[in-house]
Amino acid sequence: MKTNYKGKHAAYIGVEVALAMIVGYAESLVPVFFPIPGIKLGLANIVIVFVLYRQGIKDAFIVSVMRIIVSAFLFTNMSTLIYSLAGGIVSLLGMYVIQKARLFSIIGVSVCGGVLHNVGQILIAAAVVENLAVMTYLPVLIAVGAVTGTLIGIVAKELFNKIPL
Amino acid sequence: MNKKDAILIFVLIIAAGSMFLLKDFGVSDKEKAKAVIYESDKKIEEILLTEEKEVDINETNRLLIKDGKATMIWADCPDKLCVHQKAVSKKGETIVCLPNKIIVEVQ
Repeated sequence: MKTNYKGKHAAYIGVEVALAMIVGYAESLVPVFFPIPGIKLGLANIVIVFVLYRQGIKDAFIVSVMRIIVSAFLFTNMSTLIYSLAGGIVSLLGMYVIQKARLFSIIGVSVCGGVLHNVGQILIAAAVVENLAVMTYLPVLIAVGAVTGTLIGIVAKELFNKIPL
Repeated sequence: MNKKDAILIFVLIIAAGSMFLLKDFGVSDKEKAKAVIYESDKKIEEILLTEEKEVDINETNRLLIKDGKATMIWADCPDKLCVHQKAVSKKGETIVCLPNKIIVEVQ
């Protein structure tokens, strides 16, 4: 019923933001060995990709931005917020464009998201410190982004197939 | 997963691999390898890795040069990611403290 829809929609967004936050926090407990500031597995993208396919870009954007801001507020600190936001937004917009192009399956879209997330972060780091030295790790970030993007895509695909609209 | 996905992943990994191989990770002449400290794009200091000393950077970071390697041993930034980064010794490797905009690069 139309009168119930907005409440249901808001509830879904809330759950999705919370899920993304929990996954993001859980992955931060796992030590990552790469010598790059802020390098992450990006597992929260499982939720973002899921929302993108299930509900569209607007909802995916809301969930992603809210999750990044609240997570930074609670778990890390606001000084690194700009890097997370850059990575998250670049990644999501890229995924939206590629999704619309209908070239790849959800897995391919997720791979692009993973790579763009890392590339976005490194580009903004290079801009902020006004030094290109941070680009040394670009190849590693691309390879890692591709691999994690694949795994994330597989999980998101299963979620999308199993959870009813 | 369809064929185009697999091709995408393959291409990305090949691209990353090529970029990595093309990088000038010269086994730098151990005598001449130095740690160059930048604040943003401004060079602050240069120290040969053959030396052994503790370097105070802007009162916000401290770098230790020992055994041919450079490590960040202290920083006042909130995340301390720079302190946890591995010691660097090869040309092109970096230690970065983003909040304080400090970059240490081996050249």
